[in-house]
Amino acid sequence: MTTILEKPRDAAPRTTDALLYLDAVGVSFDGFKALDNLSLVIEPGEMRAVIGPNGAGKTTMMDVITGKTRPDTGTVLLGGVHDLTRLDEAAIAQLGIGRKFQKPTVFEMVSVEENLVLALAGRRGVRATLFHRRSAEEARRIAEILEIVKLEDRRPEPAGALSHGQKQWLEIGMLLAQDPSLLLVDEPVAGMTDAETEMTADLLRRINVDHTVVVVEHDMSFVRALGVKVSVLHEGSVLAEGSLDQVSADPRVIEVYLGR
Amino acid sequence: MTRKPILFRLMAPHIAPAVLALVAAAALVPIANLVFPADHPLHVPTGTVVLLGKWLTYALLAVALDLVWGYCGILSLGHGAFFALGGYAMGMHLMREIGPRGVYGHPVLPDFMVFLSFEELPIAWWGFDVFAWAAFMALFVPGLLAFVFGWLAFRSRVTGVYLSIITQAGTYALMLAFFRNELGFGGNNGLTDFKDVLGFSLQADGTRAALFALSALALAGGLLLAQAIVTSKLGLVLVAIRDAEARTRFLGYRVERFKLFVFTLSAMMAGLAGALYVPQVGIINPSEFSPANSIEAVVWVAVGGRGTLSGAALGAVLVNWAKSFLTGAYPEAWLFVLGFLFVAVTLFLPKGILGALRSVRLGRRARAAQATSAQPAEVRG
Ligand SMILES: Nc1ncnc2c1ncn2[C@@H]1O[C@H](COP(=O)(O)OP(=O)(O)O)[C@@H](O)[C@H]1O
Ligand SMILES: [Mg+2]
Repeated sequence: MTTILEKPRDAAPRTTDALLYLDAVGVSFDGFKALDNLSLVIEPGEMRAVIGPNGAGKTTMMDVITGKTRPDTGTVLLGGVHDLTRLDEAAIAQLGIGRKFQKPTVFEMVSVEENLVLALAGRRGVRATLFHRRSAEEARRIAEILEIVKLEDRRPEPAGALSHGQKQWLEIGMLLAQDPSLLLVDEPVAGMTDAETEMTADLLRRINVDHTVVVVEHDMSFVRALGVKVSVLHEGSVLAEGSLDQVSADPRVIEVYLGR
Repeated sequence: MTRKPILFRLMAPHIAPAVLALVAAAALVPIANLVFPADHPLHVPTGTVVLLGKWLTYALLAVALDLVWGYCGILSLGHGAFFALGGYAMGMHLMREIGPRGVYGHPVLPDFMVFLSFEELPIAWWGFDVFAWAAFMALFVPGLLAFVFGWLAFRSRVTGVYLSIITQAGTYALMLAFFRNELGFGGNNGLTDFKDVLGFSLQADGTRAALFALSALALAGGLLLAQAIVTSKLGLVLVAIRDAEARTRFLGYRVERFKLFVFTLSAMMAGLAGALYVPQVGIINPSEFSPANSIEAVVWVAVGGRGTLSGAALGAVLVNWAKSFLTGAYPEAWLFVLGFLFVAVTLFLPKGILGALRSVRLGRRARAAQATSAQPAEVRG
């Protein structure tokens, strides 16, 4: 398995120090431009919030980064060397990009613990999984994550039996288990209570200590609680960037949010 | 806590009894047939031995199908083709073993080739005089076909009903091909009039009892192998693919490789089942490729319980038992009964017989726990 910093053989020379580099990315669906000349640079170790009205293209951006959607135009580089537009989902995941979906998607039929086992970093091949024996280290890691996402008591239950908020946390736990260099988190607090929202903000800040995080969210109080740099997306491109206070004062941003 | 050792995993409550019962049957049924005289109450007549042996090969086919359908969500409507190919490989060996004892007395060519004025043995038949080659081909040919098919289909992400339809079309195409005399596999008469296998007469009670025992052991082995797979981490990945294929990809698993592995392995198990089937029924012809056969196998699995392995085997035996009973009494009714059975199971027993039994048992245990504990049991969604 290659890692982010390992240069692929046919790579162009490194031109950026950014962990994630999107330049002039365009995606259109039947002529409708979901992403239009989108550029975004994420530095290693950073946490970035991406906000924007419904339909701004936030989820589509994540689809492009994770290989689900191929952009029509533009550059998407990981670690300055990996051209993500040429890799498939599994290859990108193996490079160290983890994703939490907008709609919680855990494996409903298997237990909470087994969801984490599936996500746990490690070799992903047919032979490796067929002969896999769980190590003490892996067991320790699972216990640790269950504690972080507060699901210790639900360990043996099928994930389908969890509440909505618990599924969101399980999915964040799966991201932790995957231990990716870059986490993409799509609307983690949608449908959560205030207390759950607060806990999720804590969780993300804790994760950000040793992971780079891009979090998409609608909920302004949540974004404020995160206290990180914000990019505002509108009609498929970045409208403004800066602290939440800066962008909230930007007349174009006010126009987009209030003019709806 | 580390993952449980393999021996422990194989002792799952519904696999261990099935395997033990099969091993016991492999020993006891031949004794009951060969040792006890015909008027003894414990005597099992040869006809019954052959019938049971045939059902056990169907059960192995069902286990193979359950592995791909029940655990990985690949609804193959063409598994009968892998079974038939394994059967043909064995049938070709049995034809060659007839040697010069055929009606036409040709030293090498089987009767049907002489009849169709073949000049020489087609290349496909070379080596089939050797039992080991035939046994190898019974696994290799279905495995190769599954591999090539799977490589093309899974890589282009053909899934769901489209995949099912292609498998169904595939077995139909093979049936049409095998009907043709020019293909050199006996046309619509297929391969039959076998005399012996490895020097033992196929008509002898001893041979038939031995074939029964082999079928029982093969089924036991198939169950153990499948159980080892579904309880490994790979088995967990298969279930993940079944339930949320796209999500599995985003975790970094190459879904198509896992599907290819399990589909190919399953086809080889089906081929083995077919190879054991043919010497017991004494004939293999293109009707074994008929689409309805593959659909019947799906019904066995659905009835017994999808994703339970031993349930699939049980379903195969029960449905065929009902079939042997019904086709005797009302032969025209069978297809309607089969269709009705499928609809009824889908509506009323979605987890099949074994799944339903298990829920009853779990429910009873939960109620017992509730009755004994002072605290009310947690309600689980
Ligand atoms: N697969 C698709 N086919 C057609 N249109 C799509 C598809 N995916 C997204 N879109 C459209 O692209 C726009 C951006 O969608 P999305 O990225 O989901 O927005 P956001 O996540 O910011 O709410 C929307 O107008 C949506 O309808
Ligand atoms: Mg979205």
